[in-house]
Amino acid sequence: MSTIIELVNKIKSRELKSVDVVKHYIDVINDKKEYNAVIEVFDDALDIAKSIDERLDKGEELGKLAGVPIVIKDNILYKGKIAGCASKFMQDYRAEYNSTVVNKLISEGAVIIGRANMDEFAMGGSTEKSVYGPCLNALDKTRVPGGSSGGSACAVAGGMTPCALGTDTGGSIRQPSSFNGIVGIKPTYGRVSRFGIVAFASSLDQVGPITTNVADNAYMLSILAGYDENDGTSLKAEVPNYMNAINQDIKGVKIGICNQVKALMKDSKAFDEAVEWFKSQGAEIINVDIKDIELCLPVYYILAPAEASSNLGRFDGVKYTRRSKDANTLEEIYSKSRSEGFGAEVQRRIMLGNFVLSSGYYDAYYVKAKKVQQAVKKQFKEAFSKCDCIIMPTTLGEAYKIGSITNPVDMYLEDIFTIPANIAGIPSINIPYAKGPNGLPLGLQVMAKELNEMMVYRVADYFEKNHKEN
Amino acid sequence: MREDYDVVIGLEVHAELNTNTKVFCSCPNHFGSDTNTNCCPVCIGLPGALPILNKRAVELTIKAGLCMGCRINDIAVFERKNYFYPDLSKAYQISQLERPICIGGGVQLDSGKFIRLNRIHLEEDAGKLIHKNASIGTLIDYNRGGVPLIEMVSEPDITSADEAVEYLNKLRNNLVYAGIAECKMEQGGMRCDVNLSVKKKGSNELGTRTEMKNLNSFRSVQRAIEYETMRQIELVEAGGVVRQETRKWDDEKGESFSMRSKESANDYRYFPDPDLLSVKIERDLVEKLKAELPKLPMERRKIYLEEYSLPEYDVDILLSQKEISDFFDEALTYYNEPKTLANWIMTEVLKYVKTEEEFKMPLKAKELTEVLKMYDQKALSQANAKSLIEKLINEGGDAKELAKKYNLINDISDDAVEEALKQIIEANPKAREDYKVNPDKISTFFVGQVMRATKGKANPDKVKELLNKYLN
Repeated sequence: MSTIIELVNKIKSRELKSVDVVKHYIDVINDKKEYNAVIEVFDDALDIAKSIDERLDKGEELGKLAGVPIVIKDNILYKGKIAGCASKFMQDYRAEYNSTVVNKLISEGAVIIGRANMDEFAMGGSTEKSVYGPCLNALDKTRVPGGSSGGSACAVAGGMTPCALGTDTGGSIRQPSSFNGIVGIKPTYGRVSRFGIVAFASSLDQVGPITTNVADNAYMLSILAGYDENDGTSLKAEVPNYMNAINQDIKGVKIGICNQVKALMKDSKAFDEAVEWFKSQGAEIINVDIKDIELCLPVYYILAPAEASSNLGRFDGVKYTRRSKDANTLEEIYSKSRSEGFGAEVQRRIMLGNFVLSSGYYDAYYVKAKKVQQAVKKQFKEAFSKCDCIIMPTTLGEAYKIGSITNPVDMYLEDIFTIPANIAGIPSINIPYAKGPNGLPLGLQVMAKELNEMMVYRVADYFEKNHKEN
Repeated sequence: MREDYDVVIGLEVHAELNTNTKVFCSCPNHFGSDTNTNCCPVCIGLPGALPILNKRAVELTIKAGLCMGCRINDIAVFERKNYFYPDLSKAYQISQLERPICIGGGVQLDSGKFIRLNRIHLEEDAGKLIHKNASIGTLIDYNRGGVPLIEMVSEPDITSADEAVEYLNKLRNNLVYAGIAECKMEQGGMRCDVNLSVKKKGSNELGTRTEMKNLNSFRSVQRAIEYETMRQIELVEAGGVVRQETRKWDDEKGESFSMRSKESANDYRYFPDPDLLSVKIERDLVEKLKAELPKLPMERRKIYLEEYSLPEYDVDILLSQKEISDFFDEALTYYNEPKTLANWIMTEVLKYVKTEEEFKMPLKAKELTEVLKMYDQKALSQANAKSLIEKLINEGGDAKELAKKYNLINDISDDAVEEALKQIIEANPKAREDYKVNPDKISTFFVGQVMRATKGKANPDKVKELLNKYLN
């Protein structure tokens, strides 16, 4: 399995042809169809690769990803291609314009080879709730790949692509990366443009790369990040070259351990060992308090459904989503199309969102949740005045068996460690750091303050390259 | 109107802002384009599209606030108003609730009464449903979707249809004068909802109010208020109860009917739009916008009445359209005789304005003043001055050149006028006799004859003076 950086160099030096590279990955996708990770291979991928080869042969400079294959999540718009959001409602919907991230990939010469499975409208943590059927864990077919970017993570871990884009609203990049033993980052909110991403919860959604290693991830984020005039929440800050964080040492880096998180862990043995290891490498371990971190989960399950209930209103059967054949009146176009089109989990969250926004409940839920969010942000800020980064596990445990969690609330509780970074708007990466009781990977999150992706990559890369597990 | 009842009215007035582009995307803000041509992913609400605030729309809203004496908030927030309707592409309208751009303010009526505003906020317009052909079904034109709209919400200070119309006129004049909105009601550029209730005279207990929509002209506002007032009074008198409901005015039938009751009203589930950051409004910007505002109608009225001593009748006409007032003000900079100027504008210019088209002054202010200067210098007779104005309006161009081209300049000598008059007197012995009996009437005849003989160039006063000499 080649890294992105190797592929970039070999294609550039003409040691490899893009068309052969793309062909290889498409072959793997086809061989691993049963994993249901990549739900469509784009039929123009090989032609695009060929034309890139021709241009490279002529000596043209084609950008930082020339000829490199990439898979995108099914909620990222690529003009002319279906962006189905793994929803029955959107199965036929073809994007009419490119998302900003797709434009960036194309302008750097990447070849977008297909779209990845996900939980419907990115709501879920197991990629079981997809109109295309469940996706499997790349390391154990009986287990979930995590979600909602489960298809993207499985595709990368299964060697179907060197890189996939995911989206992360409450852990949807990091948790599947953890379950599949690979690297995924949720950047600072506003670091990567959301333009052309089908919105779930606008104030929390972020796009990020999923890769096999940290350096590739830093390389990809250097390309994807940046201000976008089409996204009003996009940050204007300069994008550093994240590759400068690679191969640094961590002596004197202050690594924070959140007291409240330790109390929530089922089994902290692996985590304690990692902390000891960091200490042995010359990092300074600092205990910090984020007093209300436990409240992030309920806050998330108020804010995210509230925004989702509004964002998903446009899928109404009037314009581009499938209209119910039984609808005879305007009222029925709405009610029947939406009842038929949305799956149970999406409907549940829409109802939850409408409830918390409805008059009489708004102050008690939405307004209060916003206040708690502010408090948590402040607590993180205080913590980062004492430490350079905070580490915590990504999940409560290894990937679980398909179909084993049926109660929605139990499923929501799985997100307890990933949600705080979304609520606080800070960057957080997942790296594999230990093995669980079944020999499956456990993931570690490295978080830093807003816009300090450099620190996240520095610590993650150091661990990846120096820890005995790797 | 019944004397034993009070009527309590609040108006919600919407006006489309005069921006080049829409409020959250860069599509043209233009009325009358082919259907669905001024559209993009943002204003038709495609998945993944995000709104980007048009700063100009915020500035014009601030200006509207400054015109009405509002306080401008330091931080303004956009919120989503969620409801389903096919003309609303995203199933929510981006509007403002908790922190609108402008707070308070109001409009003073001629009586001195002050109608308070609660707020002015900025929002996006919806598209338009087209029900032309029953076999096709309903079509949607999203051209209007995303057009910037301000909503001006009054307090319930209005107590009659006349006050409502005067208030609307004043709001509109301010917006038009300041270049904020064109307020073309017939194009939906200005729309008005009426909230109305009645109560027994002097009672402190407010009645239940109804909201009336679809009022597309000042006249329909007037009629709808009168109708609704009587409907509610008759209902109460008959022992009935006014229901809180939304009613739609039918201008052809001259009556309103119930659209929906409060029970079936939407819960709009407002919340701050997470796609738009709150807007910080700098004091410097507010000061800059304030400095840009032109003189508003109230201020101009004061100047016209007090400084120029114009009669109220003239002032009303000059202020009836911003174009007239601007024309008058510009002309004054070349020709500083307010009353003379007003007279000529009212009698010799406005008659050429085509009322069925968009209001436009038919000639340049400077050219009119050139004509008046020539007339004052007696280079033009009054008749030729009027004729020159007509020619300027028809042909355009330079007043002096046109006067030469049509040989209107008064180049006739006094002797020639005297000679012409002598010949006319000779040729009209009967008139000469009649003059002795009825000099006023017959002098008009002689003046007219001389003017004709001299192609309008003779000075009528001079002719009268000569008549005196020859016939008395």
